[in-house]
Amino acid sequence: MLILVAFAVGEGALPIFSQEGFQFITGTDWNAVYGRESFGALPYIIGTLLSSAIAMAIGVPISLGIAIFVTEMAPHRISTPLSFVVELLAAVPSIIYGLWALFVFRFWIRDLIERPLYEHLSWIPFFDKTPFGLDIFTAGIVLSIMIIPIISSITREILRVVPNSQREAAYSLGATRWGTLRTAVFPYARSGILGASFLGLGRAIGETILVTMIIGNAIGPAAIPTTLFSQGQSLASLIANEFNEAASDLHLSALIGLGAILLLLSMVINIGARLMVSRMVKAVPGGRE
Amino acid sequence: MSENTEKQERFHRREVQRAMVKNARKAKIIDKIVSIFAIACVILAVIPLTSILIEVIKNGIAAFNWDFITGRPSAIGRAGGGIGPAIQGTLIVVGLATMIGAPIGILTGIYLSEFAGNGPFPNGVRFFNEVMTGLPSVVMGIVGYILIVLTLGSFSVWAGAFSLSLIMIPIVSRVTEETIKIIPNSIREAGHALGIPKWKITLFITFKSAISGILTGVVLSIARIAGETAPLIMTILGTSLFFTGFNSPVDALPLRIWRLSSQPYESAQTQAWGAALFLIMLVLVLSVALRLLAQRRGFAVKAEI
Repeated sequence: MLILVAFAVGEGALPIFSQEGFQFITGTDWNAVYGRESFGALPYIIGTLLSSAIAMAIGVPISLGIAIFVTEMAPHRISTPLSFVVELLAAVPSIIYGLWALFVFRFWIRDLIERPLYEHLSWIPFFDKTPFGLDIFTAGIVLSIMIIPIISSITREILRVVPNSQREAAYSLGATRWGTLRTAVFPYARSGILGASFLGLGRAIGETILVTMIIGNAIGPAAIPTTLFSQGQSLASLIANEFNEAASDLHLSALIGLGAILLLLSMVINIGARLMVSRMVKAVPGGRE
Repeated sequence: MSENTEKQERFHRREVQRAMVKNARKAKIIDKIVSIFAIACVILAVIPLTSILIEVIKNGIAAFNWDFITGRPSAIGRAGGGIGPAIQGTLIVVGLATMIGAPIGILTGIYLSEFAGNGPFPNGVRFFNEVMTGLPSVVMGIVGYILIVLTLGSFSVWAGAFSLSLIMIPIVSRVTEETIKIIPNSIREAGHALGIPKWKITLFITFKSAISGILTGVVLSIARIAGETAPLIMTILGTSLFFTGFNSPVDALPLRIWRLSSQPYESAQTQAWGAALFLIMLVLVLSVALRLLAQRRGFAVKAEI
């Protein structure tokens, strides 16, 4: 089935790669006008990677905090309903995150975070643009909200796999809770946590509709972000925006080519993540599964 | 021992003690900080969920009435109109996807757990299954477009159902395999002892004992695909008409929300919230009911990724 997927996407993307060659990946133009067609995917690759990077930078520490709270700190009475709530967050469709982000959350971000940063720190090039709310920064934050349930629930499972004898050894040496985590639990769970984060990254990179609604949808060289508050575009969001309006076969093929790049990216990330998680689960004697 | 060295030693000991106390205090402070950080993370994660629920309910209720649920969308910019075709379309497309995806997924799962063993081929299937679960849904939409829309020549229910079933199959097959693995071997052996052929054991004994777990997986994946938007853009396209046939475009709730939310009219935005309320009720009711059921029956529903 995966072969079917790869084959179909590869076939559809063939015309654009034969037309533009390597330029398709490094180019920045995006022009669908008949006779002047020229397509380059670089700005959208950057947009995808940057928004996902923001999502990871925010999402991973918070997920880790949640997983620590649930496995190491909270009594059973609190941790069960809490896991339930976090998993509900995973069940909310991304279109609803998008709607909420578009009409509610973006104003919070704009007024509470972006404005102050712009007013006080605009000498840092990252923040040097009047914030509008629909930009890469907001997209990254909403993505992080979306991947938190995924990362935290896998991390929770992985922390549970760490044998209790490890913790007891550290506690008996007089370590505090943090000391135990740092010296006894994390070294054990490191590759598993890394794998969990990568799974979240895979999700963030492929997320389409939510990003389309809030990233600002810039096209061509303008979509290369110069600041965090620039309007951008990701691979998936450009596909969603233009697929139904594709003017020519070449344009369509260019969009499918974007899909091919996206497919490759997410496959590499996913395979890496699965290998890491399964190595972790296998490596722990007495671990579950 | 001279008095001098004794003094030195006492001094040393005091130094060490002081350092230990200081370290312990520092460790305790760091511990406090980490604990506070963890609790803050939990609060931060719960805020969006509450806010989403509050906003969707508050704004969505305003749109709800009988015409809204059954009526057709009105012209762009005009008040009134409903999401009838979208509800109908979602039910049809998701239903068809389930009819395609669930049997294939279940059969794959049964094959993997009962017949395949641990060779390189089944392990390869397992691995690719897992990778498939993580692929972006928009890519599945492109596959549906290339294989079905281009072949049949028009956007259609079939293409949408095909794309959604591609998302569903890996999830269902994994849940099936996991559930069947839990069924104790003694049950199967009882069957073998009675001389029942293997396919009968699988069908009437193993499958029957695993059916509630498998159903859980199916419903979970239905909840997942009901909210998918991206693959539908390039397969069923969306329309404002009711269902006319399997070979023509239909509408779906996520698509309708997307289109409504991009219109600059307040009435459209209210309707988007209304449609969102309907969708979220559909999805949350499905998954909450499932989890409660699962808890009562005592099996674990894993968060699917």
